[in-house]
Amino acid sequence: MHELSIALSLVDLAQEEAERLGGRVCALHLRIGALAGVVPEALLASYEMACAETPLEGSRLVIEDVPVVVYCPECRAERELSSVQSFCCAECGTPTPQVERGRELELVALEIEQ
Amino acid sequence: MTQEPRLVEVRKNILKQNDLNARDLRRRFHEAGVFVVSLVSSPGAGKTTLLEKTLAALHPRLRVAALVGDLATAHDAARLASTGAPVRQITTGTVCHLEAAMVQVGLEGWELDRLDILFVENVGNLVCPASYDLGESLRFVAVSVTEGEDKPLKYPTIFNTSDIALITKIDLADAVGFDSSAALASVQSVRPGMKVLQLSAKTGEGMSAFIELLEAGLGAARGHAAATAT
Repeated sequence: MHELSIALSLVDLAQEEAERLGGRVCALHLRIGALAGVVPEALLASYEMACAETPLEGSRLVIEDVPVVVYCPECRAERELSSVQSFCCAECGTPTPQVERGRELELVALEIEQ
Repeated sequence: MTQEPRLVEVRKNILKQNDLNARDLRRRFHEAGVFVVSLVSSPGAGKTTLLEKTLAALHPRLRVAALVGDLATAHDAARLASTGAPVRQITTGTVCHLEAAMVQVGLEGWELDRLDILFVENVGNLVCPASYDLGESLRFVAVSVTEGEDKPLKYPTIFNTSDIALITKIDLADAVGFDSSAALASVQSVRPGMKVLQLSAKTGEGMSAFIELLEAGLGAARGHAAATAT
């Protein structure tokens, strides 16, 4: 379980950004890919601990799950994977290792109150 | 009257600091012409034995060194140091993975340009190390025959952040009824085209292919360093 480490990094990053922007952060918007190696539920629980006694205490996490999208060389198109156990095109079945999206572990935006 | 909160775009990687540290390491490795290989697996897959035999096979012909991560104890470092190669233990305490900053600290005092190959053995864990770039040139993920053929299907993320898969302890394959083709199919299912080596550090079977791969990687790393220097 490394979500606590991730949550601590998130607190550092968000604090740095909040100081730059000014105001109080009430929510953090994240994008987490299915291949990021992070379990959103575990991150939510860890975040509460990580932000305690920091200026971010009481802020919410709003997590957008990003599915894995691969490039199919046969269809020459991006395709969403139906399962991370099977890296092949959902349309034609061609195996492909080329991940276009799904590794994101990103702080997208901050909701700030003045 | 209170204002509505405003939404400000940030768009930054949460592990930005680790990525910056990894980038710094990669630059230092590149400049020094040292080939850096990391090894991830679940606990008990045979990383340390593989490393022990590899260091013994390469030292002193090549200047090899290792950083080994564990939650606690320096047993692995002591075991590996018996090969004569410089070895350091990184004890992570309760942290279940290595981070680039730990590698930076682990390297303090070592002159990288006096090394050919540096091995970084991660903490035994197939989940958490996937999120952390360590600045390595090549990441191996190892699974032993005793772990079952479907291990890659259970941990697709680590296979997607590694470059080459190793199937270890193949001397035990018959004893545990290991189905090699099923295991290879599992790897290909989560990472089509992934190179897989099957070996036994204990008997030496398959080790020469592993060593050759390391030597080829070193050649490429030296080539890059020379090209950059000129």
